[in-house]
Amino acid sequence: MLHYFLKRLISLGLSLVAASVVIFLALEVVPGDPASYMLGLNAQEDTLNALRQELGLNGTILERYVSWAGGLLTGDFGTSYTYRTPVAGMIGDRLWVSLPLALYALILSTLIAFPAGIWAAARRGTAADATVMGVTQLGVAIPNFWFAMLMVLVFAINLRWFSAGGFPGWDAGFFVAMKALTLPAIALALPQASILTRVMRSSLLDTLNEDFIRTARAKGLTKGQALWRHAVRNALIPVLTILGLQFSFLLAGAIIIENVFFLPGLGRLVFQSISARDLIVVESIVMLLVFAVILVNFAVDMAYAWVDPRLRRRR
Amino acid sequence: MSLLAIENLSLSIHGLPILKEVSMGVAPGRILGVIGESGSGKSITAFSVLHLLPNGTDCTGRITLNGNDILSLSERDLCGLRGREVGMVFQEPMTALNPLKTIGAQVAETILIHEKVSKSEAMARAAEALRRAELPQDRFPLSRYPHELSGGQRQRVVIAMAIALKPKLLIADEPTTALDVTTQAQILDLLKRLVAEDGMGLMLISHDLAVVADLADDLVIMKDGEVVESGPAKSLFANMQHPYSKALLEASSHVPLRTGEAVEVPLLEVREVVRDYTGHSHGWWGKTTHFRAVDQVSFSIRKGESLGLVGESGCGKSTLTRAILGLEEVQRGEILFDGLPVFTHHHANAAVRRRMQVVFQDPYGSFNPRWKVGRLVTEPFHLLEEPPRGREREKAIAEALESVGMRAADADKYIHEFSGGQRQRIAIARALIIRPDLIILDEAVSALDVSVRAQVLDLLADLSGRFGLTYLFISHDLSVVRSITDRVLVMKAGRIVEEGPTATVFDHPKDPYTQQLVAAAPVLPADAA
Amino acid sequence: MSLLLHSRTLLPGLVLTLVFTGAALISLVWVPYDITVLDIASRMKPPSWVHPFGTDQFGRDILSMIMEGARTSIAVALVAVGIGMVIGVPFGLAAAVRKGGLMDEVIMRGNDLVFAFPSLLIAVMITAVFGASALNAIIAIGIFNIPVFARLTRGAALSLWSRDYILAARVAGKGQARISLEHILPNVANLLIVQGTIQFSLGILAEAGLSYVGLGAQPPIASWGRMLADSQTMISLAPHLALFPGLAILLTVLGLNLLGDGLRDALDPKLRRARV
Repeated sequence: MLHYFLKRLISLGLSLVAASVVIFLALEVVPGDPASYMLGLNAQEDTLNALRQELGLNGTILERYVSWAGGLLTGDFGTSYTYRTPVAGMIGDRLWVSLPLALYALILSTLIAFPAGIWAAARRGTAADATVMGVTQLGVAIPNFWFAMLMVLVFAINLRWFSAGGFPGWDAGFFVAMKALTLPAIALALPQASILTRVMRSSLLDTLNEDFIRTARAKGLTKGQALWRHAVRNALIPVLTILGLQFSFLLAGAIIIENVFFLPGLGRLVFQSISARDLIVVESIVMLLVFAVILVNFAVDMAYAWVDPRLRRRR
Repeated sequence: MSLLAIENLSLSIHGLPILKEVSMGVAPGRILGVIGESGSGKSITAFSVLHLLPNGTDCTGRITLNGNDILSLSERDLCGLRGREVGMVFQEPMTALNPLKTIGAQVAETILIHEKVSKSEAMARAAEALRRAELPQDRFPLSRYPHELSGGQRQRVVIAMAIALKPKLLIADEPTTALDVTTQAQILDLLKRLVAEDGMGLMLISHDLAVVADLADDLVIMKDGEVVESGPAKSLFANMQHPYSKALLEASSHVPLRTGEAVEVPLLEVREVVRDYTGHSHGWWGKTTHFRAVDQVSFSIRKGESLGLVGESGCGKSTLTRAILGLEEVQRGEILFDGLPVFTHHHANAAVRRRMQVVFQDPYGSFNPRWKVGRLVTEPFHLLEEPPRGREREKAIAEALESVGMRAADADKYIHEFSGGQRQRIAIARALIIRPDLIILDEAVSALDVSVRAQVLDLLADLSGRFGLTYLFISHDLSVVRSITDRVLVMKAGRIVEEGPTATVFDHPKDPYTQQLVAAAPVLPADAA
Repeated sequence: MSLLLHSRTLLPGLVLTLVFTGAALISLVWVPYDITVLDIASRMKPPSWVHPFGTDQFGRDILSMIMEGARTSIAVALVAVGIGMVIGVPFGLAAAVRKGGLMDEVIMRGNDLVFAFPSLLIAVMITAVFGASALNAIIAIGIFNIPVFARLTRGAALSLWSRDYILAARVAGKGQARISLEHILPNVANLLIVQGTIQFSLGILAEAGLSYVGLGAQPPIASWGRMLADSQTMISLAPHLALFPGLAILLTVLGLNLLGDGLRDALDPKLRRARV
């Protein structure tokens, strides 16, 4: 188990280094140098030099990478050119919108998908199964930002149950803030819940065909007992993989959904920064999101070991 | 009074008839052997006793277990019977256990489902059941997971689960088919002992007449969903009536008529061959492990000879085969074919390779499903410098197919249109098409039903005479090796432990391992007729 | 034809897919109205006989815009799937030749790395550097597709490499590249076709999302995602502005998913046998 953990940990570290190199290099290929790119054509030479100094552009590529990556490790993301404030602070504020939103959606999607998937698999071939499959087929196909717009039309504009957008901040109270995140979270969760339901169902159906289910039935377990005691945990293994992948979709999806609801999250910040050509902010946000994805995959690997004893011990 | 009585059971799945008027019975303390080839309906008969049948199954007739009419019981009552009154052991021990639960939990589950006992008591009784199945706690604690056990050990866990509540009837569906010969003998002994100790009835289902013959008190022979013959084992073997039973018995002990003589010229010489595998126990940065798959192996095959190679799984047979075929280079020693090395300068020698071919075990996995038979059988042409084209190619295909008893027109069909036996014939045609000198038969008849196997053995015997072929016959099945080889090698853990004329080795084995193998091999009763 | 009867989803999937590819193809030569011409007089008209889907805030015909948008969506998604297949499949085949070998490790770790960047993040990076365009959307979605196909191909190929017919081909003296092409590729083709339709539908969703936030196709190219973005502020006044482009995306993606499911059922011999 310890070995498995260490191996995954090393692989986590390597992934982070590789990802940071890719992001760093991607912005190195900016035509000209980042300073003139950011300031545009009419920039003064001394302003350019000042910015170059600030960006640490006056070194070899290796030196620049090391100072940038070193800054990331100590929580120093650099200073935003447009806002003249430390990027870390800007991101920190926005993170408290985006992260709760993604988690809220993840929890919703899991809470919907697991029961629905198990229910459909247990009633394979019935009308219940067909309904679940039909609804999820639509859920997978629906663009989530359009679904969000329709929800705004129905629940905010017509029924006035929710506000059409904006975020009151956590200071306004937990439930008030959560209420503002509810429609966005539902919009984010719907396609993911649909995918997860389908994966859960098909994985469970595969597992129910395994020999050991027949063994369990021969011991005297009812169909339901065999399902709950033997099939569900085995079926979780592929589901965990999808769950891990989904987190990155949720983070990315959050960027779009934040725009529908005018939420002051990382998504809004990233688009503002792109239009303001504020590369430092873009770079930092991308790095942060990639870091989150890699971390979640690490967590999924740990969850595998928790579910599957074959991974815990060396074979 | 009989424990289990099946009377006139007819069964259909989605309207397709599977069983027709099947009747049989098991008495307490007695063993009923149910024999049949694939598709005979023997397994479905067993599953109908527990009423574990696929959806859309329709049954008529009567199944009485201990006075209960199974077919009229509710699902709830059936669950109460399964595991408590009837235990079941399956064919595939590797997949029969839940990989995520400990063996202790899985055995204890049988007890917890049926009796209101504490978990610790159930665990204690599970330990006892495992001990009875010869998995003592000091070596196989309850906390073991299935992946930490071998196939034979897993089958013991399944047996422990089945007998934990001392059921009155045990059903074993091909319990040893997936196991090695020595393990098979141990499992059969275990079943026999448990039946005697608990006074259980045992319904033992097998395709192998010899396995059942050793054990059963009564026999039922099934074919195409019908019982063709049944009765006490002793009298039945001595006096078979039905033509199918007779044919089955003949096929089980079939010795093909062989023509052709071996000449005293070595065709293949294997000299002190060593093959090590280096593995990383934990991926790239783990420590390296060494495993010696083939250890100082030497032997030779004469031209026209049929040499057997027997050994259990993992003994190094497959590695040796790959080395001979030039697929993997060996670290030490040399392999010479007709005086030429198989490998020169780390490259397989094409001149040698085109004189050897191979036939594999699995008639279903041996062919690319997207190719037509004509293309499949001509694949070895790749070894030739100037492969025949056009009319000549057609002629070669036709000849190869016809020589194995297929039709030339079969070249235009896809492989899924053929049965297992036909596929194996096509595999032989593929081996023959470049007229090799040596054909390696790697468990080539092991997956076939006995009657088909007898036909394929006849074909092989006939071909060796006609084309002057030399065979290296690799098998775990001693009776098959005995019927078709002149000499035999016995391999264990990468080494050849015994070598000699087949009859001598099998009748008077010298090495302890060979003795164990020969003793473990199930045999038909001598008076069978 | 018998393929169609094997599955309940194949026919509706095929019909929906044909409707939208048909609309895209027709738009190459003809659309009801020229969408570059603004007609303020007839702006925000609800659906009518003259404009079946109504008009937008500039008086442009929504049906025509949807037809041209179909062309953008389908082109972007199709090329992106092509990129993923052309690069991903050879990588997957090469990785499968020796499981755990150096090639396999390098390709799979590279895959993991790309997987850490959701397609939207790739698009954000590309846009930040090169600016927004349909081409950059294609590249972003295409890059994301590469590991999908590489993994799928590797997984399927690995199980095939242990088959006896591969061993038979090796006995016949065939090399790894030749075996990969002759034996492995044809046997993973079905899987690739099925996954291709699914990635196609995901590509359409991704293109719509990118265009919606302004990272995709730029004016004057018509795009469903941007139509939705433009309609957002007017949704309470003229819901039809948001309704039709959204439905177009939904139905196209639904059609492709149904087609993929249907193809999987029809092409998988295991499932076919089970149904008999």
